[in-house]
Amino acid sequence: MTRIDKNPDGASTAVSVRGLVKHYGETKALDGVDLSVREGTVMGVLGPNGAGKTTLVRILSTLLAPDAGQATVAGYDVVRQPRQLRRVIGLTGQYASVDEKLPGWENLYLIGRLLDLPRKEARARADELLERFSLTEAAKRPAGTYSGGMRRRLDLAASMIGRPVVLFLDEPTTGLDPRTRNEVWDEVKTMVGDGVTVLLTTQYMEEAEQLATELTVVDRGKVIAGGGIEELKAKVGGRTLRVRPADALQLRPLAGYLDELGITGLATTTVDTETGALLVPLLSDEQLTAVVGAIAARGITLSSITTELPSLDEVFLSLTGHRASAPQDAVPADTREEVAV
Amino acid sequence: MSAATTVTTTDARIPLRAHLRHTGALVRRNLLWVRQNPESMFDAILMPIVFTLLFVYVFGGSIGQALGGGQDDYVQYVVPGMMAMMGMSMAMSVGTGFNQDFNTGVMDRFRSLPIGRGSVLFAKIAVELLRMLVATAIMLVVGVLVGFDITSWGGLLAAVALAALFATALMWVFLTLGVVLQNAQSVQAMGFLVLMPLQFGSSIFAPTESMPGWLQSFTDVNPLSSLADAARGLMVGGPVAHDLWVTVAWSVGITAVMAPIAIHKFRTKS
Repeated sequence: MTRIDKNPDGASTAVSVRGLVKHYGETKALDGVDLSVREGTVMGVLGPNGAGKTTLVRILSTLLAPDAGQATVAGYDVVRQPRQLRRVIGLTGQYASVDEKLPGWENLYLIGRLLDLPRKEARARADELLERFSLTEAAKRPAGTYSGGMRRRLDLAASMIGRPVVLFLDEPTTGLDPRTRNEVWDEVKTMVGDGVTVLLTTQYMEEAEQLATELTVVDRGKVIAGGGIEELKAKVGGRTLRVRPADALQLRPLAGYLDELGITGLATTTVDTETGALLVPLLSDEQLTAVVGAIAARGITLSSITTELPSLDEVFLSLTGHRASAPQDAVPADTREEVAV
Repeated sequence: MSAATTVTTTDARIPLRAHLRHTGALVRRNLLWVRQNPESMFDAILMPIVFTLLFVYVFGGSIGQALGGGQDDYVQYVVPGMMAMMGMSMAMSVGTGFNQDFNTGVMDRFRSLPIGRGSVLFAKIAVELLRMLVATAIMLVVGVLVGFDITSWGGLLAAVALAALFATALMWVFLTLGVVLQNAQSVQAMGFLVLMPLQFGSSIFAPTESMPGWLQSFTDVNPLSSLADAARGLMVGGPVAHDLWVTVAWSVGITAVMAPIAIHKFRTKS
């Protein structure tokens, strides 16, 4: 059962999940999840709070036993070979799992020793990783005094000590400010460059686009979509171009003109009167170029132009027809419509 | 070839040496906590001073009289009893400390590492035993200062060892509570609820002869009475054998039942 699946292109499967089920009482946290991550790629698991992302990561990192189904990581079965499995994974949880009372260096040295590195090697590895994650100056300070971003970097460093084959990142940037988030993204990209296979959970389409090569969208314990990032983006309507003509009176004529040309994505352009902007759905960079070219050719002056990725909400809306936010379920059916209005 | 292509059918065993190494690394962690946070030793340092002085000066006179002497006789009586108390109090703090650990992500990290899951618990117990020894040493120094007479050093060491053995058994109980209960406050509340009647309904602080019959039937089977009486016999003379074996039996029994439960609960905690 620990056979490694071969994909058509010959690459090994680093993570394989078949029919995974986990209940908490009446709640089905995972309701038959299938997933497969090729070696050396980054799989993004996208979903709202309560979709089962963390449960999935906890099962794959042996912190939780599944109720049914099967999962292997690097060829090891999560239920039958937990110890071997633990040796080849790294885990960075939703909340930085570092010992706040311990200095940064001691945190890493401890993990090194627990991973059976000899003292000398554990010391060297701690120094090396602190350097790499730009934490050398804070090495002797208790991790509790670190900023959010530093703590997250220390957490990442800790998951790298054992040179893992598969790295689990559970919402690695939740709660971080945009600048710190970019720092963490850069670190993750470097790790991926080193050949680590990553399974990343996130609530942000932007994060998935930055880091993942493939995406699995989960909702209420079920996989609702999966595939390459580009493929999915096309499915959910790709990016949105937001242009604001300097003259607000140009808004509607411009919308009509662009729709007439038929060079945009699936949906038609919409006018956002509140901000005086035009929202143009795009499927490709070629379309972006064509739209901008067309506007310029018409001689319309623009005061701003930005492109936006669909939000998780929009992704869900186009994939499932309902919004990502769970609380809807709590609203009785007869009052739901009133609430929606 | 990367590890992704390694195929095996059985899980690896963790060798004993690795277990010891992991436990050692975790002991170091717990000791570093104390260094970073010296206040955490306050209870181990202050409690024995405060309690020893309190009992000797508040109850010493009257209970000493009842014993057929005075305060000096009570000192000889209560110091071995306090030995049993040190273990109890330290055992309770092992539960609260452990519970706090769980509420951070650190335990997730430990549990996702290829280490025997008992190591985390063993390390906690080792450090807590060290704290108990510090508390016991301070209590003995205070005891000697207020007049305790050490008659046998061998007996003293044996009493310390016996108290440590019993404390270890209790620590497994509190570790289990620390894993099972929601927060540190509940562990502490639960601890007090159990410890108070056990401590005072025993021969630790006062002889049980003057207690009502129903209470005596409790104090007689209370393992803390056996521990206190055994320590008393070892440190100041008197019959030892029966209470010694009863205490050892309790310690081994509690450990045999609670250690596997604690490790299992720790392993399966979600």
